[in-house]
Amino acid sequence: MSTNEIKISAKDVQVYYGETHAIKDVSVDIEDKTVTAFIGPSGCGKSTFLRCINRMNDTIDVARVEGEIKLDDEDIYDKDVDPVQLRAKVGMVFQKPNPFPKSIYDNVAYGPKIHGLAKNKAELDQIVENALKRAALWDEAKDRLQAPGTGLSGGQQQRLCIARAVATEPEVLLMDEPCSALDPIATAQVEELIDELKQNYSVVIVTHSMQQAARVSQKTAFFHLGNLVEYGETGQIFTNPNDKRTESYITGRIG
Amino acid sequence: MQPFWLVTIIVVLALGGFLLGRMRALQSAEGDARVLHSRPNYYGANVFMLTAVPSLIVVALWMVFQPVLIEANVSQMIPDRIVPEGGSKGLVMSDVRRLADGLDVAVAEGALTADQATNIRAEFTNIRERLAEVGVVLGSNVEAEVLTAAQAYRAQSATGALLMAAAGLSLAVAGLGWSLARIGVGFRARNAVETGMLALLILAASIAILTTIGILFSLLFNTIEFFRIYPAADFFFGTTWAPSFSGRGGDSELGVLPLLWGTFYISLVALLVAVPIGLFAAIYLSEYASPTVRSVAKPLIEVLAGIPTIVYGLFALLTVGPLLVGVFGRDGALGVDWMSGGTAVMTAGLVMGIMLIPFVSSLSDDIINAVPQAMRDGSLGLGATHSETIRKVVLPAALPGIVGAILLAASRAIGETMIVVLGAGAAARLDLNPFEAMTTVTAKIVSQLTGDADFSSAVALVAFALGTTLFVVTLGLNVLALYIVRKYREQYE
Repeated sequence: MSTNEIKISAKDVQVYYGETHAIKDVSVDIEDKTVTAFIGPSGCGKSTFLRCINRMNDTIDVARVEGEIKLDDEDIYDKDVDPVQLRAKVGMVFQKPNPFPKSIYDNVAYGPKIHGLAKNKAELDQIVENALKRAALWDEAKDRLQAPGTGLSGGQQQRLCIARAVATEPEVLLMDEPCSALDPIATAQVEELIDELKQNYSVVIVTHSMQQAARVSQKTAFFHLGNLVEYGETGQIFTNPNDKRTESYITGRIG
Repeated sequence: MQPFWLVTIIVVLALGGFLLGRMRALQSAEGDARVLHSRPNYYGANVFMLTAVPSLIVVALWMVFQPVLIEANVSQMIPDRIVPEGGSKGLVMSDVRRLADGLDVAVAEGALTADQATNIRAEFTNIRERLAEVGVVLGSNVEAEVLTAAQAYRAQSATGALLMAAAGLSLAVAGLGWSLARIGVGFRARNAVETGMLALLILAASIAILTTIGILFSLLFNTIEFFRIYPAADFFFGTTWAPSFSGRGGDSELGVLPLLWGTFYISLVALLVAVPIGLFAAIYLSEYASPTVRSVAKPLIEVLAGIPTIVYGLFALLTVGPLLVGVFGRDGALGVDWMSGGTAVMTAGLVMGIMLIPFVSSLSDDIINAVPQAMRDGSLGLGATHSETIRKVVLPAALPGIVGAILLAASRAIGETMIVVLGAGAAARLDLNPFEAMTTVTAKIVSQLTGDADFSSAVALVAFALGTTLFVVTLGLNVLALYIVRKYREQYE
């Protein structure tokens, strides 16, 4: 149905936390310019798998990743790949809004400054403005760019974090339950944003809300106990799942 | 009765009261503890509290005020005639007390009967020899009036002790009886006990505060006394520190500036050593070290904080000082002649800096660890390197706490004495050369008060003025630290 090219290709990925085998044999192809939702009960490994895609698991001492994950046909776990460069290409938005204790402006300018994306102050201003606009925060924040980011409301903070991620011009945006700490209105704003972001990016979103997965995603992957049970078109997963477990989960019998 | 036994009896009564109260509460509920308003132990605790606390308070106050009252009473019996020339009535009173204690010992040893001790007369017996036999040494021959006074002292003390025992015990029994009588199913014992606990907590808090105020006042009165003798302007703006211990300090020049300068300079050197090393150690420990390294290295660094400062002083005097002279002194490794002796600002500053490392590193380490992992994840997730994350996110977030740690180390440095005495010398001078000997406010306080200076002279009283100045400076630093920490504390929450 969709004709987008493959952005991320994972083959036989295993993740261990010490003795625990958290991800078992996961193979999945994630398309470009598409929203892919990972659903599944708590502890099923969806967040863990998400964190493999930008090697955030490297920061956890006991975590060990096996298998192959390719971004644009390049193995991201290859010895030559610097996780820092990878993360500049694969941005991440976390479950809890985590703005830095800096001004709104500095929060958004953080990534561009580090990666040297702006030649001068004017360019940086432009990048910040664009990012805030794309995160639908510009109108609320334009008059108080120097106010601390932590002073914003929860929903605004999360949009600030999205703006921060967008400002570094990533190719893939990973979102780990970005709306779990938000009220329905803020959630609607973020979902609208995700829909816009897919024009340019491949977006992967972990969510506990089945409605959210159905609303925003084109592809859905169902994880259960560390296994990828089923992966396919969102419509098909929610209306006509192949696997008994998927059906049980989306109808509320397990999870 | 001995106070020890009195207290023991009251405590035993109270413990008995606890058991009785508990039992009575259960009885009144006919064995079903759920009917009671409070758990049975609270009924017991309430009885314990009412038995022990009021009576022990009375006993304690009695023990404080009885000697004062008796002393006032007895000192009236001493005629001015027997107060020696140039002495004071207080000295005679201490003879009276010593004699009274001596009589107690003599009775206890069996050298005198209780009757003899009460009625003995100096005119007929040589009391001094009799007491010397049982090991009580008196300074001079005992005057008749002193002996009479001592006997009166003993008699009144004995009466007082008896009254105290009576008051304490009757209060304990009354408290026991009253609290037992009140026990019933509906009695809110838990609330009563918790009110008592609250009072205890308030007492603990107010003791700390009152002590601070007490210290401040004891400094303040002597400081005011000092400024009565010595002009304040000369003290605060004088640039020479030259106390003259002869002539009651009349010719002394007591300018505080050289001392403040020395304090500031040595503290500055100490902080220049301690802050970078401590901070880098903290960053390594909290951000890079593996848990194993951290669990070994952190306690090891904290051992530095446990070393007594006199040991640091010896280290400065015997090791660091000669080492520095070997480098910066005449015929030294550098061929410069900057340093003439081992005691110098540099010596004390370096060693003090080493002492302060654990203060900075341990506190900063805790503070850096308290920065939420989400901050680091956020930064790393944007493609920042580990070191960029630390420099641009973690340290700014931890900054208020780190500043607080540094200011705490600064007040430690300003208040440090032993290292200065042994490492920096005793010369008060205003100089920029860090290889010169200088001294600090604290070291001078020690040298003003040791020896046999007259406590009413300016050279001794200046110590209190110095103490007050130091107190104000460190208090100011602490307030500043609190202000900074408060202002920025909640930023990442």
